Amino acid sequence: MKKKKKIPPGTVLIYGVLTMWAVTTIYPIVWVVLNSFKAKDKIIVDSFSLPLGDLFTTANYKMAFDRLGIFTAYRNSLIISCSVAAAVILMAGMASFGLVRYQFKLRGTLMSLVVAGMMFPVFSTIIPVYQMQSRMGITASNSLFLNLLCVILPQIAGNLSFAIVVLTGYIKSLPIELEEAAYMEGSNAFQTFFKVVVPLTKPSFATVAIFSFLWSYNDLFTQMFFLRNKKYWAITRLMQMLTSKEGTNYGLMASTVSLVVIPVILVYIFLQKYIIKGMTAGAVKG
Amino acid sequence: MGANIYKNKKQLVFFLLPAFLFMIVYLYYPFFMNIINSFEKIGRLGTAPKGWNDPWYLNYVNMVTDKNMHTAMINTLIMMAVTIVGQVGIAIVLAILVDNIGRGARFFRTVYFFPIVISATALGLLFNLIFLYNKGMINQLMERLGATELMDWKAKGIALVTMMIPVMWQYVGFYFVILVTGLNNISEDLYEVASIDGATRWQRVRYITIPLLRNVMCTCAVLAVTGALKVFDLPWVMFPKGMPQGSTFLTGTYMYYHTIEAMNVDYGSAIAVVIVVLGIVTSKVVNAIFKEADY
Repeated sequence: MKKKKKIPPGTVLIYGVLTMWAVTTIYPIVWVVLNSFKAKDKIIVDSFSLPLGDLFTTANYKMAFDRLGIFTAYRNSLIISCSVAAAVILMAGMASFGLVRYQFKLRGTLMSLVVAGMMFPVFSTIIPVYQMQSRMGITASNSLFLNLLCVILPQIAGNLSFAIVVLTGYIKSLPIELEEAAYMEGSNAFQTFFKVVVPLTKPSFATVAIFSFLWSYNDLFTQMFFLRNKKYWAITRLMQMLTSKEGTNYGLMASTVSLVVIPVILVYIFLQKYIIKGMTAGAVKG
Repeated sequence: MGANIYKNKKQLVFFLLPAFLFMIVYLYYPFFMNIINSFEKIGRLGTAPKGWNDPWYLNYVNMVTDKNMHTAMINTLIMMAVTIVGQVGIAIVLAILVDNIGRGARFFRTVYFFPIVISATALGLLFNLIFLYNKGMINQLMERLGATELMDWKAKGIALVTMMIPVMWQYVGFYFVILVTGLNNISEDLYEVASIDGATRWQRVRYITIPLLRNVMCTCAVLAVTGALKVFDLPWVMFPKGMPQGSTFLTGTYMYYHTIEAMNVDYGSAIAVVIVVLGIVTSKVVNAIFKEADY
């Protein structure tokens, strides 16, 4: 930490600039939440006042719940994102353990396959993935499960490389003595992995799970390809529709944005340490 | 590593197989198929190819004369410049400023990072409301400040700016966090020695911080250009189909447009190939520019 002296004028200026940027990140969200409690004709003339007295209405939220079916979309989003996060940590965890602890010829090759996998933009894989899943017969079906599965599978693949890169880093730093002790007591490799390695690397698994979850929850592109039927829409697809079909219903837009953003902010406030680490970890390693 | 307790190759296969099978089926196979697709005749998504293009590289020839593709490429290059200068630039300034204060660093970190966790789709809706012609936040604000005419933020001349501001704004916090981590790795002793020698605050930043941060900045710049190529959600929500008149297309949104809207899947695949090539070339160029000196 820096030495403390009397407050120089420069410091005031520094806080001023920093606060200004903070306002740009906080205020738009506060603004939209406040306006979600106003009627749509009020939003476009009087958006800066607080929604008090006559201005206050919950009609936008009623509309979001009743007409828009936002709960169904929420449920679909949660199914997709939880499945993605769970599958990613399980598969990436096992693969990382294998890559770190076993000595074998192909290790270097496999590791570079993983790293190269991070470079593929989703644009370059999505069309063949669609063709493949359509041949498998799981696209455009009438089953909720299959529709969601169509989104889940490519999203798992999209997060695996990153997850393996992060998790190998952590597993490498574990002292092997603990695993050797478990081995002496007769534990086999699977038991060692699930009962020794996983508990010890819990924070990094949490980091990866949160990252995969958020990435999947926020992704629109994959959903645009696979969720064609309104019944199966997840939350971002539903929001995308709002711009084209309800382009002038500003109240509904404001309430939907609030309903999508507020849970994420709450989760962020509690888990920010893991979230920030998770979202930047892969980046720093490059 | 003295891993002689792990020798059973069958177990190893069990550990590795699920993840690598997945990556081969869902990443590597599609990646190469996509290149092949770009040489074939494919109509709607999900239909089988109707043979090869004639000549097989037809799509790439068409791109040369495709006006929208030019716009998309130019816009994407502008987007890269904006992300490097805007995102990383603002992030550097903010990071250096935060490094110079005692209290509140954690608060700023939390606040700056949080737009990243929000879906770009929600932000697209939000910024649609903010830039609304009649009358969103900005136009209401301008009216209060005395503007007499409403500004159409989605008109042709300014649409690109309106699109890039939110994209840029969202990710500043990301680079901020990476850069702050880099700054924390710079030894405090260096600054102290410099102070003793009479260096001003600015001189310390100019001759210690920036040179030592160079590699981190290089990482950020590479991430920024590859990130600019991946942008899709927010532009598509704010300016669907490259409106107005295809002037806001990016390579990503243009690829989607051809694949889904124009039902021209092979052309979409070809654009995807160009995106990959563009990503490789630009990150190499950025690396060469920023990493020339070794400290």
